[in-house]
Amino acid sequence: MRFIRFLLGSCIFYLSVGGLSFATAAEIQSVQIALIEYEDDPRYKANIIDARYQAQPWGRLDEAAKLAIKESRFAAQKKGLKFDLTKYEVAALSELPSLINELETQGTYFFLLDLPGEGVQYVTSAAQHSSSLFFNLSALDNNLRGEYCHSNLLHIAPSRKMLTDAMAQYLVSKKWKEALVLYSDNEEDKRYLSSLQRSAKKFGLDIVSEKVFKLGNDPRDRYRNNISLLTAKDDYDVVFVADSKGEFAVDIPYSIVKPRPVVGAAGLVADWWHWAWDRNGAPQVNKRFLKKGKRQMTGYDWSAWMAVKVIAEGVLRQDVFDLKNFQPMLLSSEFKVDGAKGYPLTFKPWDQQLRQPIFLTSLNRVINRAPLEGFLHPVNNLDVLGNDQGEEQCQISKAMGKKK
Amino acid sequence: MSKFFKECESGLKATALALSLCVIPQAEASSGYVFVSSEKDDVVTVFNAEGMSKVTEINTSERPRAMKLSLDGSLLYVACGDDDAIDVIDVSTLKVKQSIDIGEDPDRFDISPDEKYLYASNEDDGLVTVYSLEENKKVAEIEVGEEPEGVLVSPDNRIVYVTSEVANMVHVIDIESKEIIENIVVGNRPRRMELTRDLTELWVSNEVGGTITILDTTTFSQTAELTFAPKGMRPESISPVGMAMTKDGSRAYVTLGGANHVAVVDTETHKVIDYILVGKRAWGISLNSDETRLYVTNGKSDDLAVIDTARLKVIKSVPAGRVPHDVVVDD
Repeated sequence: MRFIRFLLGSCIFYLSVGGLSFATAAEIQSVQIALIEYEDDPRYKANIIDARYQAQPWGRLDEAAKLAIKESRFAAQKKGLKFDLTKYEVAALSELPSLINELETQGTYFFLLDLPGEGVQYVTSAAQHSSSLFFNLSALDNNLRGEYCHSNLLHIAPSRKMLTDAMAQYLVSKKWKEALVLYSDNEEDKRYLSSLQRSAKKFGLDIVSEKVFKLGNDPRDRYRNNISLLTAKDDYDVVFVADSKGEFAVDIPYSIVKPRPVVGAAGLVADWWHWAWDRNGAPQVNKRFLKKGKRQMTGYDWSAWMAVKVIAEGVLRQDVFDLKNFQPMLLSSEFKVDGAKGYPLTFKPWDQQLRQPIFLTSLNRVINRAPLEGFLHPVNNLDVLGNDQGEEQCQISKAMGKKK
Repeated sequence: MSKFFKECESGLKATALALSLCVIPQAEASSGYVFVSSEKDDVVTVFNAEGMSKVTEINTSERPRAMKLSLDGSLLYVACGDDDAIDVIDVSTLKVKQSIDIGEDPDRFDISPDEKYLYASNEDDGLVTVYSLEENKKVAEIEVGEEPEGVLVSPDNRIVYVTSEVANMVHVIDIESKEIIENIVVGNRPRRMELTRDLTELWVSNEVGGTITILDTTTFSQTAELTFAPKGMRPESISPVGMAMTKDGSRAYVTLGGANHVAVVDTETHKVIDYILVGKRAWGISLNSDETRLYVTNGKSDDLAVIDTARLKVIKSVPAGRVPHDVVVDD
């Protein structure tokens, strides 16, 4: 086994508030939480992180998880528990099944997955223990909420579809209905394009043209790598760059031929957290993270923070910690968490995705928050973003999954 | 809590019997003002309660939010989060006469019934700062859960209740020992607290939970939970925050934040009698002295709604600066 284990020892908190008959150290039950990372995760390459692309990670997620554990100390103490966070890093995604099995054998049942979509599938294919809970922190892939969904997998990060839905809503609300779409021919960007196409259809956005871009300067590829040539011919209100990595998109604003806004992966970007959000207690969360992480907080950090908060809130709402009934409780409509971005957040039982508002962001501002005013859903307005009940092919068979 | 009521408490042992005897007219003259703090303008706007004409704007430290009058009505304390200060406004001159250094990001605060101590929640640090108003200095800091918000000193001056929006708890702090003696689990993102007039119940508003938790003040356990359903509003928009109770203890008014309404609750039956549409993000709330008028700040429509409590209707709405937060009535 080549995985590396990092003990995040500072994450164990004992409270020393006097006057109470707290459980003694011997009685305190440890709740193990494992943060799982992939050493060669392309999203965390130094040059990518340093570039601070919009809606991309700006650093690893352990500081955010640690922050949430600190914030959960009163809940843990009230229930006579402590949360122990340990980070594990695999050198190859194929090592994940054996790692998960080993950790389950050792008594870890809460897993925070900071993995690409493929890695998440490796993990769920290995899940042995029926009560293990896997929290997807960073894989946006729609198929993880669809054909590859899994009964033990809960999604904290929004799906790509929630993000493209949010942007489509915004563009339609502004009457910027005609979009030129740039995408690359790698698989992930093709899936991004397909998500956008579905959102366009759902909200009435008109994709006037889809053009393949390619990073590079080869003059023979000029119709794919030259921004002016890519954007000169068509008539459009807005350029949507469906770039899942952000490296191509970052150069598009102010470089296109026509005086039109750029959205998607640069310019106006759908994101699930932003350091500039100034309502719902977000400034305090951002300040606490900045102090601890020495950088601004991203959506990816929010996922890690939120996942731990979900676990802690679950612990707080149970009379006695009970792993077996933990997941059904999380999926019930009564279970609500506060994500510091408004709305009580709940899980969609049909694909186990955390419902949440999505921000439409510029570099240093949240321009709007979806669902936008006027976009309504018969039951819960947050369900206008992403999969609605019965819409996807997720076949969660467990009773708790409550497939339509 | 109205000024009048607090005077009674400070003068008498706070028992239910004593309080019932406490219905006597207020001695000294009131200023006749309504004060509104506006978060983004760094001012407290002053209105004449009569007619709601604007008197002036008082420049304060940055981000004024919670406000409270001294018992004699001569001073208005204003927590100014971004300047780590509590400003003290002289009501006779309508100017800030002192700025108390209270620690990082003060949110809400309360003053002990004997006016010797001020207890403030420090939102960023997860602390309650105890400040001596006699000695003019900080005397203690008490660690609580992150984003402490509501602060309430019991009328017998023995307990400080503090909500933590992150821990989803009410911390019960013993004033003598300055230690937490109980942590009570409540709903999501607990904000403000009110004691019923007979002091048996502590009402806690849960902004994200969308409920009011009612706690027994002797057992510290939950006895009831109030839910709200104003017509035409989505459940996820219901975010109770501010509360005001009538002196006879029969009625409570609750602002519902994003649901843009005030709920009128019968405190005996715990039933909602009515919902009043006020403005966007109904937040701060205060009754006038004879309880004929109810004032509500609307943070997202930048105005103050004045409600006739007999008809339960908004009779006037006045602009009140950018992001009006709290309202104090001294009529």
